[in-house]
Amino acid sequence: MIRLIHIIIAVVALTILSGVVSASESDSERFPPPEFETDYQRPSPTTPEPRQDLWEYVDVAVLVAALGLSSYLVLRKRNRRMIFLLTVCSLIYFGFWRKGCVCPIGAIQNMVLSVFDANYAVPMAVAAFFLLPLVFTLFFGRTFCAAVCPLGAMQDLVLFKPVSVPSWLESALRLLAYVYLGLAVLFAATGSAFFICRYDPFVAFFRVSGNFNILVLGACFLLIGMFVGRPYCRYVCPYGVILRQLSRLSKWRVTITPDDCIRCRLCEDSCPFGAIRQPTADWPARSYSRDKRRLVLLMLLLPVLMLAGGWITSALSPVTSRMHATVRLAERIYQEESGEVVDTTDASSAFRATGKKISDLYGEAGDIRGKFRLGGWFLGAFVGLMAGLKLISHSLRRNREDYEADRASCVACGRCFQYCPREHVRLKQNKTDRE
Amino acid sequence: MQNGKNDISRRRLLRDGLWGACLVGTAGAGSFVAGRGKKDNTVWQIDPETCVACGNCATYCVLEESAVKCVHAYEVCGYCEICFGYFGPEPVNINEGAENQVCPTGAIKRTFVEEPYYEYTVDESLCNGCGKCVKGCNAFGNGSLHLQVRHDRCLNCNECSIAAACPSGAYKRVPADKPYLLKRAGHA
Repeated sequence: MIRLIHIIIAVVALTILSGVVSASESDSERFPPPEFETDYQRPSPTTPEPRQDLWEYVDVAVLVAALGLSSYLVLRKRNRRMIFLLTVCSLIYFGFWRKGCVCPIGAIQNMVLSVFDANYAVPMAVAAFFLLPLVFTLFFGRTFCAAVCPLGAMQDLVLFKPVSVPSWLESALRLLAYVYLGLAVLFAATGSAFFICRYDPFVAFFRVSGNFNILVLGACFLLIGMFVGRPYCRYVCPYGVILRQLSRLSKWRVTITPDDCIRCRLCEDSCPFGAIRQPTADWPARSYSRDKRRLVLLMLLLPVLMLAGGWITSALSPVTSRMHATVRLAERIYQEESGEVVDTTDASSAFRATGKKISDLYGEAGDIRGKFRLGGWFLGAFVGLMAGLKLISHSLRRNREDYEADRASCVACGRCFQYCPREHVRLKQNKTDRE
Repeated sequence: MQNGKNDISRRRLLRDGLWGACLVGTAGAGSFVAGRGKKDNTVWQIDPETCVACGNCATYCVLEESAVKCVHAYEVCGYCEICFGYFGPEPVNINEGAENQVCPTGAIKRTFVEEPYYEYTVDESLCNGCGKCVKGCNAFGNGSLHLQVRHDRCLNCNECSIAAACPSGAYKRVPADKPYLLKRAGHA
């Protein structure tokens, strides 16, 4: 009974003081844990274990197998139906079974964070997910995009009636992906956020739950994807940007025809992703001096674009740095201190409860802003460089004699194979050989 | 003709050189990661000392029913008769009536142990991780009720959505072989 009175007194006192006493000052000695007279045994809380590490090896093994199989099907078998089947399997395993996490696209951020944050080490599986598709792409082209990536698979499956996107629009939209990659690297490097994961449009479908806005975003991508082939892969995917460049150098690559192009034009419109390049043999004669002048102009423009991009992005650092929680908190505290706002937020009251000095917080936020200012220069210069190079590459004239799959844009889906009459000859030949 | 041939082989050399550089770069990235030493897999966990029980855990998890649940550190608990993790701030009666409880889902069970002690257990299948009980227990009690990420439910997203919304920075990546930060007696 005495204890009960103590409790009541304590509770009354604490209720009065509760405005002053903060939640974080919890004290385990407020009510000493009792010693029981009965033979009551204190239970201990259960601790269910996380997923076994073993599964990570399974994931990596499945990834290697899928990449190998995809490369084989694309380059040797040249069989769209089997590529399609593999796509569905990948969607089921990496998408719906593994819930789309971890994926190579998001792994970019883990890699970047581990470079800039010495305390963060990338787990083996994440590193493997990031690096293996890169290696495969260097050898076989974008066979990862073809049939392994669950995000690509999702879009590939909804493709219903592809429309062709004009090449200027295609080029312009593709810049988005460079901006996205740059931003994701900036946010990961400063430890602000994993931007790619936060705005992954399809992961909500894989989990069959998630943020409503992201579900809507994903639905929009799928809706657009019915008419514009793989919109995320082509215009947004930051990993696709890396694979594009590596794919330009790949040892082997998708060819539309199994042997010789007869320029029959049958495959011309077969690619839903606009990756088939026509022969350039019958280009009209052009004035070379004008072309040269333009090229020189564009080359001079390149550093200007880089500087402009860097300056703009750096100037935007007060906005971009808000992605970091500390900067947001410092801004909020500043508003509260200067009387701009009267109420407090969970974050600001949690900060005040820790008793840390406000000047320290301001200093920390200032440092982070500085990083964003500097990083902004790199990000802007990178985007400017890519835009400039794109302009330059558009004004270069290359000779092509055959219909070719563009090394960078081709996602190795294999749709064009069956449009080629030479392919049908090959298949017939194979059949008679077997008989 | 000769010139053209040279041109092609030069381009080829350039391409092969770049290809090799990319392969070396990838291998370099791999060895950099491997050289970082500890490759412990990490999982998300809440530091109960930093947690302010704001309620975001219940709503921001990508799962329909949050992976965060209230966990009871019995060794810290005072077994109070009037528990503010159990009763609302102004309970109508000191009994198990739903109108007296702070838990919106009735996930906490109150059982009599011995005079004047009561045991409080969390039914995880009912708990939604809102942390209302944690707030009460922290403010007026020993703080034995605290929120933890339950790893049988957690998907271990690359970026935890709750961590991104956590106002006090209580979410941490912890080694997967020590996946819980449970409160213990002795250190509050």
